[in-house]
Amino acid sequence: MNYQDEFRDRTVVLGFAARIRELVAGRTVPMTFMEVCGTHTMSIYQYGLRSLLPPQVRLISGPGCPVCVTPNGYVDRAVALCRLPGVTVATFGDMVRVPGSSSSLIEERAKGADVRIVYSPLDAVTLAAKNPDRKVVFLGVGFETTAPTIAGSILAAKQQGLTNYFVLAAHKTIPIPMEVLADDPELQVDGYLCPAHVSVVIGAAAYRFLAEERGVPCVVTGFEPVDVMQGVEMLVRQVVEGKPRVEIQYSRVVKREGNRKAQGVIAEVLTPFDAPWRGIGVIPGSGLRIADAYAEFDAEKAIPVEVEETREHAGCLCGEILKGKVSPFDCPLFGGACTPESPVGACMVSSEGTCAAAYKYGQ
Amino acid sequence: MCLGVPMQVVSIGDGNIIAEIDGVKKEASLMLLADEVKVGDFVIVHAGFAISKLDEEDAQETLRMMRDVFKPEDMA
Repeated sequence: MNYQDEFRDRTVVLGFAARIRELVAGRTVPMTFMEVCGTHTMSIYQYGLRSLLPPQVRLISGPGCPVCVTPNGYVDRAVALCRLPGVTVATFGDMVRVPGSSSSLIEERAKGADVRIVYSPLDAVTLAAKNPDRKVVFLGVGFETTAPTIAGSILAAKQQGLTNYFVLAAHKTIPIPMEVLADDPELQVDGYLCPAHVSVVIGAAAYRFLAEERGVPCVVTGFEPVDVMQGVEMLVRQVVEGKPRVEIQYSRVVKREGNRKAQGVIAEVLTPFDAPWRGIGVIPGSGLRIADAYAEFDAEKAIPVEVEETREHAGCLCGEILKGKVSPFDCPLFGGACTPESPVGACMVSSEGTCAAAYKYGQ
Repeated sequence: MCLGVPMQVVSIGDGNIIAEIDGVKKEASLMLLADEVKVGDFVIVHAGFAISKLDEEDAQETLRMMRDVFKPEDMA
């Protein structure tokens, strides 16, 4: 990054901020926009973008971090599985420190469990191929960007004839909860910054019902500060014009129709179900479980295990924070009992979590 | 979690590619990509899969900004 680039980006960001101020000049009714992508959350906190916006424009963070929206019961099952003899749990790195009801995967690993961090679900398939005497369980957590990669790993395992690769599925889809939050009478959501890479897969058309049926402006936005500020400017413009629609700020990569091949892989291997979200509860049709045709790869069905009774962490406001109802700074645990080094709730564990971003960059 | 990294294709195998960025080479599956790719093309790689093609100018612009925003381990 050279000085000239930095100067140019700063100039562009401030230019968008000035345009936003012009657009809302004289308006007394505030507008609130929600971002539903952890990468947007990080960018907004890291660059202090809120401080560049006029008082009439508020940004709130929604349920954009897949690890954070995964309820304790899922972590508890993963913990129970890794305690079984002959079971290896493979996962993306941000799941290992998430506290379940009484333990976490990293604590179990310290006690001798075989918990591996992998970069790709295909690495977990390779692990299963190389260790035929062990059952390898991959933790299938993520939104629509990640879901096809995990579905693809099941296809790869099937192709290789593996019988010791399993997925514990907790994939989530984002448009349905966006609708739930837009309908929440306790929340004001005047527009959505839609996630960049989720939209690469599902396409910008996936948000059309929000704009056309619910009148909620949507802008698919990249995650650099310049992208986010332009995304906000486009949302403000839609509100001011009173014409809600789906626009693509991140046209470098996102298309209206998305990646049909990835959509096909999801449809082949996974199937929608009523999924539990931390803080929001069960949202009909908002999750993706393993389809019956691939049930032999479903860890929940194939490896029965006793799971402890789920407990929530006393005082943790992660659930309310995920809905955008409160800010991390409203939580009595924030920065004291709950820090990234010693997290109480999931929102502080993942670097994408709202609390972790707020702690690291402060506002 | 949903972060994808633009990488340049350096070789093509059977259903997968080796792609490189900033001297880091990674293997990525082509299972989720409908488009044909050739050596020199840019793709977005997420969790070991190429999920989208993009043209070089867009890739360079995205990377320039990403290097500023994210730590190398976020982009791994």
